[in-house]
Amino acid sequence: MARELNKKAAMVVMSGDFDKLFGAFIIATSAAAQGNEVTMFFTFWGLRALKKKVPTGKSLFGRMVGMMYGGDINRATPSKFSFFGMGRWMFKKMMKNKNVSSLPDLRQLAIDLGVKLYACQMSMDVMEIPREAMIDEVEACVGGGFFVEQAANADFTLFI
Amino acid sequence: MDDIKVDLELDLKGLLCPLPMVRVSQNISKVPVGGVIRATATDPGSLADIPSWARSTGNEIIKQEQEGSNLIYYIKRIK
Repeated sequence: MARELNKKAAMVVMSGDFDKLFGAFIIATSAAAQGNEVTMFFTFWGLRALKKKVPTGKSLFGRMVGMMYGGDINRATPSKFSFFGMGRWMFKKMMKNKNVSSLPDLRQLAIDLGVKLYACQMSMDVMEIPREAMIDEVEACVGGGFFVEQAANADFTLFI
Repeated sequence: MDDIKVDLELDLKGLLCPLPMVRVSQNISKVPVGGVIRATATDPGSLADIPSWARSTGNEIIKQEQEGSNLIYYIKRIK
């Protein structure tokens, strides 16, 4: 007899690193493919995974964050071998040669499989990233309470 | 017994994790319950992933074979 379907997964994505975002989206799409309802909660550096390529920030510090941390998911750099962008270029090339899906493709696949993407409202406030700077597919901008409720009802949770 | 009626062919050659498993999951509803997908993958990771998907979703791999680097799965839709 098969196990009960519609298990739930709740993931926190705090990292905006290229490699960790890969891990997060591969697990999310795998879980969704196996019939799990998947919630991903993106906070702080992880917000990059949901951002559009637009300038952000109002205050001086906010605009600085926008400049240094600007760009969309394509600008994520690896947590090791970064080398000011060389590492990202190298890994993208190596992955493409081996026919691995790109980060934007994996994110789209997650969306197609019904993975729900949530952004952390508080991080958005701190970093001065408005809702309009996020991709349309973001379900909602929520807080810790919302995630805890999701996690309490989930069969497994991950922090990445 | 060797003649398995195949309802859908899936070419998953060259795809890497998690795509072979994801493509199977996206296509299983295209065959009727009791129908069979023949999926051909080349990613050795699929040897673990596709059976795991079948266990999790309650479907069945009725036959599995290897021809060179091609990994061939006969996947029966159970529900």
